[in-house]
Amino acid sequence: MDKLALSDEILLKIDKPARYIGNEINIVRKNPQNVAIRFAMCFPDVYEIGMSHLGIQILYDMFNQREDVYCERVYSPWVDLHKIMKDKKIPLFTLETQSPVKEMDFLGITIQYEMCYTNILQILDLSQIPLLAKERTGEDPIVIGGGPCTYNPEPLADFFDLFYIGEGETQYDALFDLYQSTCGQGKSRQDFLRAACKIPGIYVPSLYEVSYRADGTIQSFLPKFADVPATVRKEIQMDLTNTVYPRKPLVPYIKATQDRVVLEIQRGCIRGCRFCQAGMIYRPTRERDVNMLKSCAKEMLENSGQEEISLSSLSSSDYSKLPELINYLIGFKEKGVNISLPSLRIDAFSLDVMSKVQDVRKSSLTFAPEAGSQRLRNVINKGLTEEIILEGAGLAFEGGWQKVKLYFMLGLPTETEADQREIPRLADKIARRYYEIPKDKRNGKCQITISTSFFVPKPFTPFQWAKMYPQEEYLARARTVNEEMKEQLNRKSLKYNWHEADVTVLEGVFARGDRRVGQVILKAYEKGCIFDSWSEFFDNGKWMEAFQQCGVSIDFYNLRERSLDEVFPWDFIDCGVSKAFLKREWHNALKETVTPNCKMQCNGCGAAQYQGGVCLEHQN
Amino acid sequence: MNIRIKFQKYGIMKFIGHLDMMRYFQKAIRRADIDIAYSEGYSPHQIMSFAAPLGVGITSDGEYFDIRANSSKSSQTSIQALNETMAEGISVLEYKQLPDTAKTAMSLVAAADYLIFAKSGYAPLAGTSEELEAKAQAFYEGQSEITISKHTKKRETTLYLKPLIYQMNALNLRSEETLSALKVKNPQILAHCQENGGKDNVPALFLKVCTGSADNVKPELVLEAFCGFHGLPLEMAGFQIHRLEVYAKADEIPVKGEAERKSYENYIKEQKRIYRRQGRAFPEFLTLGELGSDI
Repeated sequence: MDKLALSDEILLKIDKPARYIGNEINIVRKNPQNVAIRFAMCFPDVYEIGMSHLGIQILYDMFNQREDVYCERVYSPWVDLHKIMKDKKIPLFTLETQSPVKEMDFLGITIQYEMCYTNILQILDLSQIPLLAKERTGEDPIVIGGGPCTYNPEPLADFFDLFYIGEGETQYDALFDLYQSTCGQGKSRQDFLRAACKIPGIYVPSLYEVSYRADGTIQSFLPKFADVPATVRKEIQMDLTNTVYPRKPLVPYIKATQDRVVLEIQRGCIRGCRFCQAGMIYRPTRERDVNMLKSCAKEMLENSGQEEISLSSLSSSDYSKLPELINYLIGFKEKGVNISLPSLRIDAFSLDVMSKVQDVRKSSLTFAPEAGSQRLRNVINKGLTEEIILEGAGLAFEGGWQKVKLYFMLGLPTETEADQREIPRLADKIARRYYEIPKDKRNGKCQITISTSFFVPKPFTPFQWAKMYPQEEYLARARTVNEEMKEQLNRKSLKYNWHEADVTVLEGVFARGDRRVGQVILKAYEKGCIFDSWSEFFDNGKWMEAFQQCGVSIDFYNLRERSLDEVFPWDFIDCGVSKAFLKREWHNALKETVTPNCKMQCNGCGAAQYQGGVCLEHQN
Repeated sequence: MNIRIKFQKYGIMKFIGHLDMMRYFQKAIRRADIDIAYSEGYSPHQIMSFAAPLGVGITSDGEYFDIRANSSKSSQTSIQALNETMAEGISVLEYKQLPDTAKTAMSLVAAADYLIFAKSGYAPLAGTSEELEAKAQAFYEGQSEITISKHTKKRETTLYLKPLIYQMNALNLRSEETLSALKVKNPQILAHCQENGGKDNVPALFLKVCTGSADNVKPELVLEAFCGFHGLPLEMAGFQIHRLEVYAKADEIPVKGEAERKSYENYIKEQKRIYRRQGRAFPEFLTLGELGSDI
């Protein structure tokens, strides 16, 4: 039995010790002495969240297929253990061999959302690795960042040695081989980084120089040396069928957020919603072959013993073989396997499927109109219309459902008070549709839940030029919705949830910030900010102090409408979608013009350069 | 058909709590392809019930749970299939069929045996098992009442432990005889016994206490009272508590239904005859596993 990094005394004192002991089913065991490269893969949040992330499972499986690499995992210690580790100077450790992270060759951190940025510093700090990349030496691991937030890595540029831009399946082998032929042969960290920046998709921030104009915007963003590429092109796995996929998923002991087998059916989305970063950066849409998915599902269920399987994609209804796949999965029901369906477009097919796999009385239907009025839905290019929603809801109500969840965003570009008031009105129309059903045929009241979040413009979307609003303005908009809701005929069947807006403001700064934002993140961490995505730990006061003390203006990043010729911090990345296309879409948005989806018509976004996926289908 | 499964838990698996162990076995049963029965309804669940929860930090050689199966392979094959998919720190020891009308393990639990000893690096309860025996007798035989007060949110309650402690004495874990008499199978305990730096006397407390849904004595409570009585410092993390076995009362009929009851009574009568012939007293308790038979 492995010796644990933490003593019994500590483990019996803290919440959920199972977070820190490893030993899960399907864990990979290797003798660290027999490998050339040790890699710590980190999700900078608590274990239950991190273990639910598919990307890490894919890379964990892929890296460990290499005999010369041992990939282990590490997650953020919860606040109780954080304090003990700081007090007793216990170095952060990997779950597999319980070895200090600082002994690894690489520390890879997946960056999935902005509010985990201080947790990244926590990981480095507890690992006893210098927080700033420039202070690291050959003794420290190479710190790599990956994941969606690296499409604007600049706020984190000071803390990472390199970023991997794009999908991990393609270039890690090259990176490992390079590491062996440089660091493995006694060459320095700098030599490795200088060579690594030439691998497609790899961005080494220390090799670029940024200069700013008097107004604070970027003047130039240039490589420091002639052999350093000026543009970093995103990496993408074009063939999603003949590629790695973990057939033996890890099975945690404590209940993870995603306590089920996850089957990723496709990447990318054809819809082109203008607020959605995922819909742009994962282009072109690529499907996995249905037979591959069937065999994966079977093996993963057998190897994990999980009692539930869930499909993962941005828009499952667009998967071409969805009925075939779902019918296959329904076959597992007799083995006690639940099928959890992601938000499908509500139509006769999906309602039929849902009635087979879930309890209609308890489950709810989900619609995400995102905006209340048709005008604003045209601005954001969300194809869902009121007619479609009412028809879908009507069908569902006839079928016995009575709960509906509606998701909207507030603070979208061009949004007016009239648009906001349309949100509860739409909910009310849905309720009215329910009460059209004769009393003796329906099952009591319906329950329509409206949730709003505040819109944050993201890089590489047509809304990357849009301005945000002050915190009070967001809350005022939520109050407008709430007031309007109380005016509705069926107000007793409606429920409205909204959040605080302070996190939104920070997300805005991190999403479109530049290198100067890094010092604020560092300052906030020093003041004790961690687990910012957990409302019980989020401390806005500390953040505001940090901005003030660093002399960094929130308004500069959030309240400015950017000019079309502004150089963005993320402009050095080629994400496959051209800036010209994004500009075109920004103008279409302001003109309230809808752009057809990729299956209906190619809109020339630029992703066709990857020569595959939906770009090669339906060509006229 | 009803099946009772016995397993042991050791090493770092002691940090996995009771509810997570249930979830662990639900998945393990599926991986091992045991033909378990599911409840009806939209979200069917496995028909499975655990005998007696084990606290976090405690290791065990005697954990039981019951399942209902539609069909089953032999005990040996099933144990092997389960053990092939176990995490390090859990092994399945028994897989026995019960009568169709068997009462659940949970409802039968009446007593459990425990060992308590100091982990290496921590102060032992006494220098030798003989010294510990003297302390145990002073505590157990020497007191007419053993009480411990518990603070709840609202009030302080006094628990009277003595009638619920069925047996308490000291053992030397270095004695091969002791270990084989206790049927210790646990790698962690065995390692502890060998590890103890050349000492030939490693003292441990043995406890048999009342367990179950009506009256339940946690071994931690007895340890707390014991340390209090002798003025010993109580550092829970310094002690390893190890559950050895879980029992039903021999005179409790473990089955429902008239015919089954008769047949069990005949079986017990027969057992008592055997014990008498061998000149041994019939035990007050039977292990939960003894109530089933191999397939």
